[in-house]
Amino acid sequence: MITFDRATLTYPETTAPTLRDVTLEIPEGELALVVGRTGCGKSSLLRLVNGLAPTFTGGALAGRVIVDGRDTRDHPPRELADVVGVVLQDPRHGFVSEIVEDEIAYGMESLGLPPAVMRRRVEESLDLLGLNDVRSRALRTLSGGQQQRAAIASVLAQHPRVLVLDEPTSALDPGAAEEVLAAIQRLVHDLGLTVLMAEHRLERVVQFADRIVHVHSDGQVTDGLPVAVMADAPVAPPVVELGRWARWEPLPLTVRDARRFAGPLRATLSALPADTSTARSDATVLPPGPPVVTVSGLRVQYGSRTALSDVDLHIQSGEIVAVMGRNGAGKSTLLRALVGLTDAASGKVRVCGEDPAALDGSALTAVVGMVPQDPGDLLWNESVRAELVESSDPDLSARTFAELAPGVDPATHPRDLSEGQRLALALAVVLSATAPVLLLDEPTRGLDYPTKHRLSALLRRRAAAGDVVIVATHDVELAADLATRTVVVAEGEIVTDGPTRDVVMASPQFAPQVSKVLAPVPLLTLADVRAVLPEAL
Amino acid sequence: MTRWPRAVRALHPVAWWVWALALAAAASRTLNPLLLGAIIAVAALVVAARRADTPWAASFRAFLVLGTVVLGVRLIFEVLFGAPIPGTTVFTLPELTLPGWMAGARLGGAVTLEALVAALYSGLQLVAILACVGAANSLANPTRLLKSVPGALYEVGVAVVVALTLIPSALTHLQLVREARRLRGRPTSGVRSSARMATAVLTGALERSLALAAAMDSRGFGRLNELAPRTRRITATLTATGLGILCVGGYGLLDASTSALTAALLIAIGVALALAGLHRANRRAVRTVYRPDPWRWPETITVASGLTATAVYTAVAVASPSVMLPSTSPLTWPTLPLLPLIATLLAAAPAWIAPPVRGIDETQDEQRPSDVTPVEAPKPVAA
Repeated sequence: MITFDRATLTYPETTAPTLRDVTLEIPEGELALVVGRTGCGKSSLLRLVNGLAPTFTGGALAGRVIVDGRDTRDHPPRELADVVGVVLQDPRHGFVSEIVEDEIAYGMESLGLPPAVMRRRVEESLDLLGLNDVRSRALRTLSGGQQQRAAIASVLAQHPRVLVLDEPTSALDPGAAEEVLAAIQRLVHDLGLTVLMAEHRLERVVQFADRIVHVHSDGQVTDGLPVAVMADAPVAPPVVELGRWARWEPLPLTVRDARRFAGPLRATLSALPADTSTARSDATVLPPGPPVVTVSGLRVQYGSRTALSDVDLHIQSGEIVAVMGRNGAGKSTLLRALVGLTDAASGKVRVCGEDPAALDGSALTAVVGMVPQDPGDLLWNESVRAELVESSDPDLSARTFAELAPGVDPATHPRDLSEGQRLALALAVVLSATAPVLLLDEPTRGLDYPTKHRLSALLRRRAAAGDVVIVATHDVELAADLATRTVVVAEGEIVTDGPTRDVVMASPQFAPQVSKVLAPVPLLTLADVRAVLPEAL
Repeated sequence: MTRWPRAVRALHPVAWWVWALALAAAASRTLNPLLLGAIIAVAALVVAARRADTPWAASFRAFLVLGTVVLGVRLIFEVLFGAPIPGTTVFTLPELTLPGWMAGARLGGAVTLEALVAALYSGLQLVAILACVGAANSLANPTRLLKSVPGALYEVGVAVVVALTLIPSALTHLQLVREARRLRGRPTSGVRSSARMATAVLTGALERSLALAAAMDSRGFGRLNELAPRTRRITATLTATGLGILCVGGYGLLDASTSALTAALLIAIGVALALAGLHRANRRAVRTVYRPDPWRWPETITVASGLTATAVYTAVAVASPSVMLPSTSPLTWPTLPLLPLIATLLAAAPAWIAPPVRGIDETQDEQRPSDVTPVEAPKPVAA
């Protein structure tokens, strides 16, 4: 269905090709998962499928890409619209209409389908992705998860034979991600749709894949069966890491498979003295101290809509707090209130004893640093180097950036970075300031597992030095790995607040993979397991 | 407004525009302040009754404000630069005599009641025309209107709509840029930072436009059937000539000195030519329209009520000009002619005839927390 024939993609003003000599064949009806390190060229590979690269990105393509018998060099993207449907990383930038229903119909109108067919397919697509309740709403008023589903629905209505998805679940909460992936799997199974999907959160998707396409950092591409590729890929979900460590054969890719192997390991862990198996939580419970961040009775209004109500939160020095909850639950609003970007309708917010809304300029950055959801907004210079130089501590930020995103040419324009590299740059800039309170809104979008681990280590060092770190995230693995305390927000109210281990173990939705495999043993990550059991069985 | 339940739908945007432009054309035929006031009132009534909860619905108010400003400017100009009209002097400004080569022009001097009233009447006419255009703007959904644009002009229409959305989206982005600068401890006011923010907003707008272009292209925007160059040339000539004649005819209709019959004839010829051209060009486009707005009796009545007003005003203006253009010198009290008044009141019919829309109050509930995904029961992970 999709054939890459010695395809080499070179962007202008770069020395090395982004993708090198790609030869790949994806048969009809397969779900192929594209994996690789941050910034390795996954998005470029996806854009090649319908010719968006190099038509809209610039650069030169050598070799051929053939989709359903059509060569992308002879057919511009619009001529492939009936065969390939593409949903790019940020669906908001791809919306053409105001209203959900019109957006779904848009592609079909362009294809010139008869009105009766359009009517039927719009209804089908609305049902398939559970959008019927919001069909007449404006797209910009939807939550991130709904926007993602609307983007997929609008592409599916065109009945493409190939669906290309770039990080379809990165903006979604665990529940919404499951819904979207279930819908995609149904299409693959029922309609024989061919899917090419790039995703960093492998724990969510790897079990659906028929084939894994691995984009190496040098631009080479290999592919194979999931089990074979996962055996030694540099990016692997926690369950695979656990399987590799425990030398389980064949390598389990799902929690269910892993549990079949995990019996002996669970028994060994349960037999350990109780204080050993809970070592982690003991180490992270801090003696009570004065709060650095105080929120009392906070209420935030957006027009007639209450975004937060009756929020009370006290966070002391050295704590790492994960704020979790559905799309649109109020996580970002809470973070924005803590940095004074959103005004409180009532209640009080104090950070280091100050009201952040009253601070400005360096007085604000001396107290609190924040990486917003769209990190690109923070970057306005012409090059990576200029961004790093403008940060509070150029040396530190350069080191941090090199640690999180190695091998980036400092002359690159921030716009030309990958999503993950741009986030790494924003993180490097913000983390270089010495603010005692750090707010990170969804800091793992587009980051691979090794980078996430390095970010966690970096944030843990900051917390150990007495700083407060607050992370709003959908990434349960990050929360399990990093946070000492987890706050769950729903409908603008705090519904749960407690030690991370207790909170995530109590909720199947928020439980990380390792804890699902080892339940009821209260360990959350492979690092936890290795801490209590240095040698595999 | 109606007692029996009726389907909620939007009236065809073309019907709104024809109605509003017809009312504006009627307004252009009279300087009678009573009739002009009636037209403004009718436009306001219909907007109040049939305005949907949309971002552009507020534009009627903006047009009224603009109209008031225009009226004020008109009066100020009359006071300062108006040609002297003999009559009752209200007050006298110091007069500046201009050099001989500018004879005829004068600054200041006596301001007469007659001159002020004449300026007021013509200013009021502009307000009425602006109110009609504002009504169309706030009643008709521009994206729905785009669907009614002939396929051949669709691409041009898209460019216009994208350009119109550029300003609001740039304002949203400016807010984000301001916030980002604040987060990095940079000033958000002052010349230097304003320049940097403007740069960021402009590059952001360009990037978004590129992303939008890529998205539209990959969804099939601009797929065309191949057509012979000769057919294309004929199409272009027909359309351009037709639109040209239509413009001349439209000017004639608004300009009181051209005969109404000539104007109507020119408009008819222009419309026919343009339609023929568009019809040919439509064969080139492959686009179809999803749920096109239906044209039912409310649309027909709406258009008819507007056109009736135009016809009655035009006829009365020919038959008894003294009523439609009340004399200001000597100053007379304007009379309220019955026939145009009835026609104006009939033009308010859409306030009842047009189907009800989802009003501003009714949509308030829907602005609640944007996510309605229920908390999922734990699902077993699929093997």
